[in-house]
Amino acid sequence: MSITWTRRRIAFRRFWASFRTQRAGVIGLAILLLAVLLAVIAPLFIDEGVTNVVSGTGEKLAPPSWDDPLGTDESGRSVLLMIWWGSRTSLLIGFLAALLSMVIGTVLGIAAGHFRGWIGAIVMRITDWFLVLPSLVTALVLAAILGGSTVTIIAAIGVTSWPSTARLIRAQTLAVEARPYIERSQALGGGHWHITTRHVLPNVAPLLLASTTLEVASAIVTESTLAFLGVSANKTSWGTMLRGSYDWGAATSGAWWYILVPGLCIVIVVMAFTLCGRALETVLNPRLRRAS
Amino acid sequence: MSLLELDDLSVTYRIASGDVPAVRGVSLSLEAGEALGVVGESGSGKSTLAMALLRLLPKDARTSGRIMLGGEDVLAMKWGRLRAVRWAEASIVFQGAQHGLNPVQRIGDQIAEPLLVHKIATAEKARERVASLLAQVGLPAWRARSYPHELSGGQRQRVMIAMALACEPQLIIADEPTTALDLMVQAQVLTLIKELIASHGISLLMISHDLSVLADTCDRLAVMYAGRVVETGPSGGSFQHPYSQALAAAFPTVGDPASRLAPRGLGGDPPDPQRLPSGCVFHPRCPVALDTCSTVEVSLRPAGDRRTAACVLVLEESC
Repeated sequence: MSITWTRRRIAFRRFWASFRTQRAGVIGLAILLLAVLLAVIAPLFIDEGVTNVVSGTGEKLAPPSWDDPLGTDESGRSVLLMIWWGSRTSLLIGFLAALLSMVIGTVLGIAAGHFRGWIGAIVMRITDWFLVLPSLVTALVLAAILGGSTVTIIAAIGVTSWPSTARLIRAQTLAVEARPYIERSQALGGGHWHITTRHVLPNVAPLLLASTTLEVASAIVTESTLAFLGVSANKTSWGTMLRGSYDWGAATSGAWWYILVPGLCIVIVVMAFTLCGRALETVLNPRLRRAS
Repeated sequence: MSLLELDDLSVTYRIASGDVPAVRGVSLSLEAGEALGVVGESGSGKSTLAMALLRLLPKDARTSGRIMLGGEDVLAMKWGRLRAVRWAEASIVFQGAQHGLNPVQRIGDQIAEPLLVHKIATAEKARERVASLLAQVGLPAWRARSYPHELSGGQRQRVMIAMALACEPQLIIADEPTTALDLMVQAQVLTLIKELIASHGISLLMISHDLSVLADTCDRLAVMYAGRVVETGPSGGSFQHPYSQALAAAFPTVGDPASRLAPRGLGGDPPDPQRLPSGCVFHPRCPVALDTCSTVEVSLRPAGDRRTAACVLVLEESC
């Protein structure tokens, strides 16, 4: 046991040493860690009360001041505190929806690539069917039917965004399975489970990881879109704030802080995920690492 | 009883344009501890033969006949038994070691793979075994932590050999183990294979298009042409079948002025397996073909010292 842990610690240290050389990735990771940390520790300082319309203490749509550093919204609530509290919902939905979509996409993608013939054909037709459904509309309909809770929003985003992952993973699986070491593994008695988990999965993992980070980014955007279009988890998120700014005419009344702050938050977090994804891909692929 | 016995083995690929007979009625036997070389041009069916032994052919291949490995019929085995036999009783050294190794796994983990798949050793024990296997093929133990791209072609082929030895099989099938290696490394790898099979008492079935490689390593040779064995015999003796003779003559003798610029080799291509010539399949390219060759197909017949050949001329000479 201790040997295993020593090996893992060494492996992690080596991973960290090469990740550190990717400057953009480190910046992205720092932003992400900060965002997650702030979201996690938020309940120690504030509570859901900051999103309550009746407890807003400031002026209506007041510009940034010492009391409210990022201004207030239409009900006199502090935009800063709402952004802070709203990051919890946005990040949670982003992570879980991306995870759900990745799990579905990976399992079906590898299955379709590994079991060619009729199993693969059926899986791919189902994937195609989901792919041609306009995903935003489907997510809207699903969320509307299932009702607006956090879980249903996650399910709606996860269920509509997996087909592209499945296609990507299937293509990569086909490429990996054509390589001679798969034949070697079959020759030494490896079964389906052994080949898919030991050879295919590690080979598609860098792609998967990079794709996941991008998927988190797009899930956050989708959540904002759904919230902006009126289907939300009934909790304050960056998307619902954007919707609020639109509903209350923040643009026409010159309340730029109400639009810009949630928008910038989305952009920064999404960019941080993208930077991390690219750095991870470089680090995890032994050949790319050697080249750089 | 022989370790490996092929009895009338045929492999046919079913493709859209019809059946392609790749191996046609091959019967061979391999004693324990013996090294048999199979030689032939590209497309003569020698690689198909090697893959058929462990049922590694794609689904569109139909195999008939019998493959007796250690007294068991491989073709009749259930899936679970077949997986157990793969590697534990017979392992393969593949051609092109460059691609036979998973680029994202460490060498050590890949050598340990058969041990763990067959639950022969625990992870702890497997690591010790990997170190000893690496030592046997002349690589330092720390190489277990390297990735395939950090090794040279010869080193990778050594790793493939270490992998083939992992489960202490009785038979190693080497499918062109020295292709794409330079001659010095090729010689090293061949010497290594020779030493290892001698010290472990393993049987070897080596497939190659390179007669010099096989003559060096194997006790016996089988020459394949268009899916058929046309000659078998000890590797020291001289060939009787005109195809084998042409194959042997195709090698230049370096440093011999007389052999320079002398015509050698055969014109034409091996026949299309979907349109095989009548009679002896070799007759269109045969320099000594008789009229009867285009109608009569000859099976393997004794041709002197432990040698058999499938040619009409052979019978006339030995009678």
